[in-house]
Amino acid sequence: MLPSDAAAMVHANPAFSLRRVGAMVLRYWYLLRGSWPRFLELAYWPTMQMILWGYINQFMASSSAWVAQGAGVLVSAVLLWDVLFRGQLGVSVSFLEEMWSRNLGHLFVSPLRPGEWVAALFGMSLIRTVIGVVPAALLAIPLFGYSLFDLGLPLAGFFANLIVFGWSLGLVIVALILRYGMGAEGLAWIVVFMLAPVSAVYYPVSVLPGWLQWVALSLPSAHVFEGMRAILFDGTMRWDHLAWAVGLNALFMGLCTAAFLYSFHQARVRGALLQTGE
Amino acid sequence: MDQCAKQHAIRVETLTKRYGTARSGEVTAVDGISFTVAAGSVTGLLGGNGAGKTTTISMLLGLLLPTSGTMEVLGVDMVRHRHAALPRMNFSSPYVELPHRLTVRENLTVYGHLYGLKGVKRRVEELAEHLELTRFLERPSGGLSAGQKTRVALAKALLNRPELLLLDEPTASLDPDTADWIRTYLERYRNESGATILLASHNMLEVERMCDDVLMMRQGRIVDRGSPAGLLARYGRTSLEDVFLDIARDRANGEDARREAADAAE
Repeated sequence: MLPSDAAAMVHANPAFSLRRVGAMVLRYWYLLRGSWPRFLELAYWPTMQMILWGYINQFMASSSAWVAQGAGVLVSAVLLWDVLFRGQLGVSVSFLEEMWSRNLGHLFVSPLRPGEWVAALFGMSLIRTVIGVVPAALLAIPLFGYSLFDLGLPLAGFFANLIVFGWSLGLVIVALILRYGMGAEGLAWIVVFMLAPVSAVYYPVSVLPGWLQWVALSLPSAHVFEGMRAILFDGTMRWDHLAWAVGLNALFMGLCTAAFLYSFHQARVRGALLQTGE
Repeated sequence: MDQCAKQHAIRVETLTKRYGTARSGEVTAVDGISFTVAAGSVTGLLGGNGAGKTTTISMLLGLLLPTSGTMEVLGVDMVRHRHAALPRMNFSSPYVELPHRLTVRENLTVYGHLYGLKGVKRRVEELAEHLELTRFLERPSGGLSAGQKTRVALAKALLNRPELLLLDEPTASLDPDTADWIRTYLERYRNESGATILLASHNMLEVERMCDDVLMMRQGRIVDRGSPAGLLARYGRTSLEDVFLDIARDRANGEDARREAADAAE
């Protein structure tokens, strides 16, 4: 076959190809489905966390007026926190899979573009988060008589804001690993926990010292958890918190995308795409 | 596509790659090289370890940004518009393996979609048959022998029927029989497709057998080029290995050869 004939056997080469995004999601899906322990691990931790906090919630409801006022507040908090954590981890771990297998060299001599790869990392993060958190949320219904889905439509807004914030954190971690190599791998597992105290997951922002409240309110996650508590305690939807979460997410995503693109460019300057790995 | 792009699959002008900074200490991996690779040819890129072969190939693939200079691949400026050329080229190296945990079929399927192929399943099975990989398709890539992995890497490199194939030591660590099989397959592919092949190798017999043209690199520079027969005649040697050693150890066979080598490199 002549090279000119080869052109007839390929699709067009658009600047952004959903087909290439799909190919990368397929690549990570193959990895996941090929290992049942990986599959099980996705749901294991959120489920264990939910059970632990479910019993704490039950105990506190009988001894704390605050917890008693908001049915399932701690269970909701832990499940939504896992959306953020799993969202970030979904991006970082899929990226690390490429580093562990030293596959970046092959990927980026193919027509795959960085934006398509990032879209695939986000897509896979969404799949991993749903696999991890939804079974735990469903299990909470028979175990504790509490359904996260009772939050109603705002739940979609909370979920979207938390996972997008997780993606932003994931992109920063990818950028740091591209810059500093596998020595920075541990960041994938710990960065999100630095934000837990100021995200006010299990307590209101007002508990924090004044100066730390400003730090908390500069994070989309704190606005989501404040909004969640407003629904559970007062039955009101705080649109102001949702708007802040969306705005801050847009800002963080912009900054983190810029950090990723800079780091990717620098990796091409240093030759790290071909060399980086275990 | 202009006439020059039709004649030359690769055109490189004063390409330079420096690592590090002036403060931390600079290393010049590729030092202002200029060369062309004729469309449809098999060109060898030879040089000792650290001569700059892999750096040159990485830049041609768009994985590595040059410090200065220009390079056109299939008529496309690889610094600015590499995505226009990448679907028409491919790459294989035994040092860059495919993901171990995916099966051979899964790996080839993913790359088939990345290259935008129509009929990915059919193409994967066709290549598996050509490269005698059919019985390994459902096996994890990491569990294959070196020879099988090389054939899988070659299958990945041929998925999109590339017009330009960049190969980094394609037969390294293979037994003579498997290496010969790979060379024969590549020769057939070139003859049938008219593709251009740029081949970095330390195997002089391979280069003598396959290459129409040879670029000799040392310390980041191209110090000589010519056909294998031309190089043998110029250096008064009977094997390319001796020519390689003359160049690597900077002992050109007589002043005439040294002068001719300098002229040829220009």
